[in-house]
Amino acid sequence: MASVTFDHVSKKFGDVLAVNDLNIEIADKEFLVLVGPSGCGKSTALRCLAGLEDVTQGRILIGDQVVNDVAPKDRDIAMVFQSYALYPHMTVYDNMAFGLKLRKTPKAEIDRRVREAAKILGIEDLLDRRPRQLSGGQRQRVAVGRAIVREPKVFLFDEPLSNLDAKLRVETRANISKLHLQLQTTFIYVTHDQMEAMTMASRIAVINKGVLQQIDTPQHLYDFPDNLFVAGFIGSPAMNFFNATLRREDSKLFVDGETFKVQIPENRAAIYSAYIDKPIIFGIRPEDIHNPQFAPPEINAQEVIANVDVTELMGNEIFVHMKSKDHHFVARVDPRSRFVIGEDAKVVFNMSNMHIFDRETEKAIR
Amino acid sequence: MSQKRQKLFSSFLVNGSLLILCLIWTIPTIGMLVSSFRPRDRVLSTGWWNVNWSELTLKNYQQVLTGKEIKDPNMPGGVAKGDNMSRAFLNSLTVTIPSTVIPILIAAFAAYGFAWMKFPGRKVFFIMVVAMLVVPLQIALIPILRDYTKINLNGTFLAIWLAHTGFGLPLATYLLFNYISSLPRDILESAFIDGASHFTIFTNLILPLSIPALASFAIFQFMWVWNDLLVALVFIGSRPEVAVLTQRLMDMTGSRGQDWHLLMSGAFVTMMVPLMIFFFLQRYFVRGLLAGSVKG
Repeated sequence: MASVTFDHVSKKFGDVLAVNDLNIEIADKEFLVLVGPSGCGKSTALRCLAGLEDVTQGRILIGDQVVNDVAPKDRDIAMVFQSYALYPHMTVYDNMAFGLKLRKTPKAEIDRRVREAAKILGIEDLLDRRPRQLSGGQRQRVAVGRAIVREPKVFLFDEPLSNLDAKLRVETRANISKLHLQLQTTFIYVTHDQMEAMTMASRIAVINKGVLQQIDTPQHLYDFPDNLFVAGFIGSPAMNFFNATLRREDSKLFVDGETFKVQIPENRAAIYSAYIDKPIIFGIRPEDIHNPQFAPPEINAQEVIANVDVTELMGNEIFVHMKSKDHHFVARVDPRSRFVIGEDAKVVFNMSNMHIFDRETEKAIR
Repeated sequence: MSQKRQKLFSSFLVNGSLLILCLIWTIPTIGMLVSSFRPRDRVLSTGWWNVNWSELTLKNYQQVLTGKEIKDPNMPGGVAKGDNMSRAFLNSLTVTIPSTVIPILIAAFAAYGFAWMKFPGRKVFFIMVVAMLVVPLQIALIPILRDYTKINLNGTFLAIWLAHTGFGLPLATYLLFNYISSLPRDILESAFIDGASHFTIFTNLILPLSIPALASFAIFQFMWVWNDLLVALVFIGSRPEVAVLTQRLMDMTGSRGQDWHLLMSGAFVTMMVPLMIFFFLQRYFVRGLLAGSVKG
C-alpha cells in the first residue's frame, strides 16, 4: 500500500515525446484511471511506473522512494497485461505461484495465497489447467490472480478488458471495482474506454498527446470539463459542439449560432461578459437536449428548430441526429417521441448544463 | 471447362507431379534396399530389378556388422571380407550427439541475448554472426587443422565437436533468434515484474517455449553431422578406433569396386538413425521450417 507520484515525468522515443511533463499524485488506496485515445502515452506512463521503460526526465515515486533506478521486481508492483501474458507452458497454479517462488516464499505460504486468490476470483477449479484450455474471461482472471498473490503495494492494469466481449467486460468491470474495495490497495488502470474510466475510477486522469488534460473525480470531470478535448472524450454519445458567437441584447446574453439563438441563464451571464461578440464554442451534451413534450419542467429550456437526419432507437431512448445548416448534433430523447426523418422538429436545450469554450485556447470558460 | 473440372484437373496436376517426384526419389532407395539383401555374385552380374526372391539373404548385414573377416567356406581361403561397422556406429554417435547439443546450448543463450538484452554493439555482433552464414566451411579447414596440430588436438573427438560447433553456430543462432525474438514481449515483461532474472527467464520460459525451434534445429544439425564426411576426414582421420560411419562406408566398396553388396547394406545401417529420427520427429521438421513465419 503506497501512494504514487509522477513528478515532471517525460519520456521520449527518439524524437517522439510520448509523455510530456506528467504530474500526478495518486493517493494510497486510490483507484486512478488513465484514459485517452490510443497512442496518447497513457500506457507508456504506466510502463515507466512499472520500470519496463526508463523515464527521460523527472522522477517517479512509490511511497517516499524514488524508483527511477529501481528494477521492476524491486518496485513491489504487480501488473495485469492486455494480452494477459500468462506463461503458456505452466498450469494456472504455477502461473500464480511463479512470482512467489522466485521470491523464495515458503511453500505453505505460496499454497495459501494462491488458493485464497483463486477463491476470490472463482477459479479454484481451474488450478490444474493450462492457459490454452481457458476461455478469455478465465485467462483474464488468472492474470489478475497472478497479481493478487504477490500482495503488491500498487496494482497496474494495462487495458485488461479490451480482449473480452462486451457482456463479459461489464461483468469484469464490476468485479475489478469489488476487488479494489476488498484489497484496499492503490490501483492504476489504463484504458481507452471512457465508460470503464467513469464506472470504476475514484479519479480519472485524461491524457492526450502525452499531456495530462485534466484529473478529477468522474462526476466532476463529466460536469466540468476543463477543455474541449475532455468535454468531447468523456461521455457517450459525445458532447455536441457549435461554433457560435456571444451576443448581448436588452441586457440578456445569448449564444448566437446563426441558425439558432439560445439565452444563457442569467446567473451565469456575468462570467462571459468579456467574450461578448467574440467567437466561442458552445457545447451541450445529447442528454441535455429534450423533446419539448417530455422535457422535465425544472430545466432551463431554450427552443431550437432543426432538421431530423437519422434516428436510432435504443429501446430506452432515441438518439436523434439533427442538422441545421452547418451544425450537426445528437439529441438523446424520450422513447415516446416521434421524429420524422427529413422534417423540421423542435427540441429544447437545457441551458443550465451548457458549456462554453474559448475557440482559440479551447479552454472552458467558467 | 466447368469450374469443377478445372479444379479436378489442377489437383490431378499437382498430385501427379508429386507422385512422379516421390517415385524418382524412392526408386533408387528401393534398389539399394533390395541389393543389400542379394549375394555378392548376383549383385555384380545382374541389376536389382532381376531379383529372385529366393536368393535374398542376411549375410551382407552379418558381414558388415560383425567383423573384418568372416568365415565362409564358399570363398577362396575360407574367409570373406567384412567390416566392423558396430564400432563406427558408436563413433558416429559419439561425434554426433555432443556436436548437436553443444551448438544448440550456446546458440540458444546467444539468441536470447541478441533478442532480449540491451548491450552496446548488439547489432554489430548480430550482423557479424549472420554474415558468418555465407562463409563456406571449406575455407576454415586448413587454418583450423594447423591450429589443432599445434595444440595436439588432431584425431580426437573434442576436435570434431569443436569444429562442428563452430560451423553450426551461425545458422543455429540465426534460426533460434528468429524464433525467440517472436515470443510475446508481454510474457517476458510479466516475468521481470514477477522478479525473474535474465537467467531464470531463459531457463524457465525461453527454453520450454522454444522446444519446437530447438528440436527442429537439433534434427538438422544431427543429420548434417551424421552424414558428414569432409569434416570428419579432416579432423579425426580414418584410424579405425575413431573413424565414423561415413568413412567406413567410403572404404567399403573395396579398391576395385568389387564389394557393392557390402556398401548397400552398410548404407542401410547408416541410414537407420536418420530414418528413425525423421519418422519420430517429423512434425518438428515441418514446424521448424515455418519457425518465425507463422505464430504457432
